[in-house]
Amino acid sequence: MERIPILKLGDLLLVTIQVDMHDRLALTLQDDLTTAIVAHGARGVLIDISALDVVDSFIGRVLGNIASMSRLLSAETMIVGMQPAVAITLVELGVTWRHVRTALNVEQGMRRLRASLDGPRA
Amino acid sequence: MTNPDQRILHSLERDPSRFLDVWLGEQAASGTMRRDLISEAELRTQSQAFLSALIAALRSGVPFEGGSNHPAWSGVRAQLEDLSRQRAQRGFSFSEVATFVFSFKQPLFSALRESTDGGTELAEASWEANVLLDRLGLYTIEVYQRSRENIIERQRQEMLELSTPVVKVWDGVVALPLIGTLDSERTQIVMETLLQRIVETGSTIAIIDITGVPTVDTLVAQHLLRTVAAAQLMGADCIISGIRPQIAQTIVHLGIDLSGVTTKANLADAIQIAMERTGMRVERQAPGRTP
Repeated sequence: MERIPILKLGDLLLVTIQVDMHDRLALTLQDDLTTAIVAHGARGVLIDISALDVVDSFIGRVLGNIASMSRLLSAETMIVGMQPAVAITLVELGVTWRHVRTALNVEQGMRRLRASLDGPRA
Repeated sequence: MTNPDQRILHSLERDPSRFLDVWLGEQAASGTMRRDLISEAELRTQSQAFLSALIAALRSGVPFEGGSNHPAWSGVRAQLEDLSRQRAQRGFSFSEVATFVFSFKQPLFSALRESTDGGTELAEASWEANVLLDRLGLYTIEVYQRSRENIIERQRQEMLELSTPVVKVWDGVVALPLIGTLDSERTQIVMETLLQRIVETGSTIAIIDITGVPTVDTLVAQHLLRTVAAAQLMGADCIISGIRPQIAQTIVHLGIDLSGVTTKANLADAIQIAMERTGMRVERQAPGRTP
């Protein structure tokens, strides 16, 4: 079965979505990611969606749910690289993400995530 | 002669060049002639072309119906279309355009009087001529109207494109000075342009300056909030600046919630806060030092 790889980078998890997201795949990712957060004790999750051209309300909601679930497992979620068209679509669809932070690209997202994870401790 | 159009044709064919002179004289005397917009020679060429096309069309024996698409009249239609379009672009008024066709009546009636025996035949021919010219006149006006509408539409499109410049203020900071009313269509373009520029410049902060927006109602506020939300989804923070006192009052009275957005009274403050957030600092040089 098709799966989206989850990479471990220290206490962060990196997910880059390179294929068309369909509903089943999104739910599989949700399962895998929550399992991986617990298994590795990850404190941050970075999801790169720069290759996604199309996002529907379901995928939008699943991404939001993943963030809320991660938060319950005490990991922060950063979604990076959203295409302008996707951003407009999500706003038109009225999708609101409460626990998601965003950044323009992986590099920036990584820096922001690091800063906020290291910040409170220092 | 059974076909009344043929009487018109007959009277025109008798002496087209003299007819043309009379007609040009009529146009010149009409008082709506715009010598500042069109030259004598150009008018003569146009009139000549129209007259030839009309004679050719009348020869075919096909009657001109309103909006007639018959190929026999395509020459006349093309002439009138060119003329209306050109005059619409040069800024002629309705009556100045219509005069071109209506000034044709006087010389045509004179010509009919000469070529018929008078009485019933003249009356019939005059009526036919009247109907024909009215139709041609209406057709001219329709085309003129359409040309004007096209011009307005094109200008509106250009305004839309012109009115959404996204400027890079500093590394990682873009600004969008909004001028004019925000409607749904404009918001869409504004949003697309802004998001595109955010990606291109890799900016983390976008300043939307609404100094030039005359009024903010609930709809405009909603459009602004949607733009802000879309930028945030992409990972850029928005600052709304240029909120005038009246606008601030309106926003509060309408109960619009802008609490999720950073707002500043003027662009300078917005740029300053953007600098701070990107880790920059602007400071005055010590006195006496020159750069």
